Amino acid sequence: MAKKIKQGVAPAMRRTRGEEAYNVFNICFFVIFAFICVYPFYYLIINSISDNSMSSAGDINWLPRGIHWENYKAVFGLEGLSTAAFISVARTVIGTVLTVGASAFLGFMFTQEKMWGRKFWYRFIVITMYFNAGLIPMFITMKNLHLTNNFWVYVLPAIVQPFNIILVKTFVESIPKSLQEAAEMDGAGTLTVFWKIVLPMMSPILATVGIFSAVGQWNSFQDTLIYMTDSKLYSLQYLLYTYINQASSLASAVKASAGTGLNVAALATAQTPTSIRMTVSVIVVLPIMFVYPFFQRFFVKGMMLGAVKG
Amino acid sequence: MQSQEESGSVTAVASPSAEALDAKNKRRMQRKAEKAAQQVESNKKHGFKLWLLVVPFLILSVLFSYFPLFGWVYAFFDYQPPIPLSESEFVGLQWFKMLVQNPAQLKTIGQVLINTFAMSGLNILTSFFPLVFAIALNEIRSKWFKNLIQTLTTLPNFISWVLVYAVAFAMFSSTGMINSLLENMHLISEPIKFLDSDSHTWLKMLLWGIWKGLGWGSIMYLAGIAGIDPELYEAAQVDGANRLQQIWNVTIPQLLPTYFVLLMLSISNFLNNGMDQYYVFQNAFNMQHIQVLDLYVYNIGMGNSSLSLATAISMLKSLVSVGLLILVNWLSKRTRGVSIV
Repeated sequence: MAKKIKQGVAPAMRRTRGEEAYNVFNICFFVIFAFICVYPFYYLIINSISDNSMSSAGDINWLPRGIHWENYKAVFGLEGLSTAAFISVARTVIGTVLTVGASAFLGFMFTQEKMWGRKFWYRFIVITMYFNAGLIPMFITMKNLHLTNNFWVYVLPAIVQPFNIILVKTFVESIPKSLQEAAEMDGAGTLTVFWKIVLPMMSPILATVGIFSAVGQWNSFQDTLIYMTDSKLYSLQYLLYTYINQASSLASAVKASAGTGLNVAALATAQTPTSIRMTVSVIVVLPIMFVYPFFQRFFVKGMMLGAVKG
Repeated sequence: MQSQEESGSVTAVASPSAEALDAKNKRRMQRKAEKAAQQVESNKKHGFKLWLLVVPFLILSVLFSYFPLFGWVYAFFDYQPPIPLSESEFVGLQWFKMLVQNPAQLKTIGQVLINTFAMSGLNILTSFFPLVFAIALNEIRSKWFKNLIQTLTTLPNFISWVLVYAVAFAMFSSTGMINSLLENMHLISEPIKFLDSDSHTWLKMLLWGIWKGLGWGSIMYLAGIAGIDPELYEAAQVDGANRLQQIWNVTIPQLLPTYFVLLMLSISNFLNNGMDQYYVFQNAFNMQHIQVLDLYVYNIGMGNSSLSLATAISMLKSLVSVGLLILVNWLSKRTRGVSIV
């Protein structure tokens, strides 16, 4: 709104030369910074589909050349990658569904004044935002609960998120109470009210919670590092990390997959550790790049809601 | 039945049978109220049932937030993983004493603290960057350009630190894009070691943080600017303020409260740098300057399996953090009359 007014007034004001120069500088700065933010991803993508010998010579900087898809075929032939991709997708889907469901339900339940000890239990959950036991006690706890080397360690600790519950609760409080009262008069129980009336109205806030949680799950790396030693349970992020850091083991993995006759292609398409790394990076980043522009408004909204709550 | 009832009450004013319906509703409500009065007992039961529905989630919260706190007892034992705690030796405050008395330990933890303070300090010193970024972006008139820049610059915020490292590797490793480019232009003969060296480690970490977070950090301020009352700008223009003066006298004062809250939060998180960023970027060369507290706890706990010492350190860290949060909250209440948590 502020902008509209300013635009309306602007023509009346003379722009000085200084302001003009400042404008040019401003635009240049933003173009350069945006370029720095985006170019690395572009670089990864064009190199993952370009001729591998040119790519390793550092010749591919602006446009892809000798486009081929062998890298992607080879990468999915690598031992562990499809498993890791499956794990990452599974934790993202299951984790997001459970977090969204729990946040919706708890956010609603904590508005039900009839609930026994409502305020106490609400605070009981919210206060967990402000302390944490630390990495080692967490690890020992997970070990005692038999959650190390267990897929559910990705999902279970993420279900009850105080922050999401606050967001949903605030949202539910903005829905007119009369709706629930009317339904209850017709004999609807609390759960029916939740399922039939409140839940359908929550979708904007749940979209925000869901998108944040999905990105968090997809990006999560630390939990694999701490709780997992079984390579069958590695997430894509962790696998990518091991690929970057263990060039030698990667090279042998590449050789192994080549030896089994997965790719008997020309030299140009033979995989190098670098090409594998870049290809895996692209696979890891693509979902985010696809999702982000479409859901940007949800991200922004989520942040603003968070800011209101401090 | 339900929808009928609803539409009935909504269109009550217009419908001819509104009064009849209204009366019916009233009677019904009265009956309900009487019933309710008679059944306080059953209401209590109902409230308890509602609570039972929440219990599974309370259990999760206890398991993953409260229960781990008992792990702090490990800080007072000499715990060696295969041996259970019950058979471990109780050592009292030995680990805490060791932190301040053992010279070698003191030196290490000192360096770790310096790193932590340096990284957090640099982050706080640059915490006004997003504010400037937002103000500058807002000065651009073209809406599509603004939106485009906003989308492109916030993207890095949504990738993991592992991917940031993958990007760093592709760009800055000895065979990376920058080195290849410089070599092909014959500007250098030896690849520059951007990643595996210990020069300017703090600064590099700061720059990666800015690359990842600047665009996203500015969004809050952009929204703040959009919410500023246009009359303030009009008044400033009437007074003959130019653009710079408008920014200085209107925009910045309006954004300061937001900045202040964020600053306070970052102060309360002074010791919590997180470990992802430093873990992925650490290597044998930059170890000395990259180890922040969170990473150090991981390295000695999971790497050297000194679980007890690591627990002692993270316990102290948690306590100091809670203390800082309370202090900052008190400060905020004192100076601005608003609590931040």
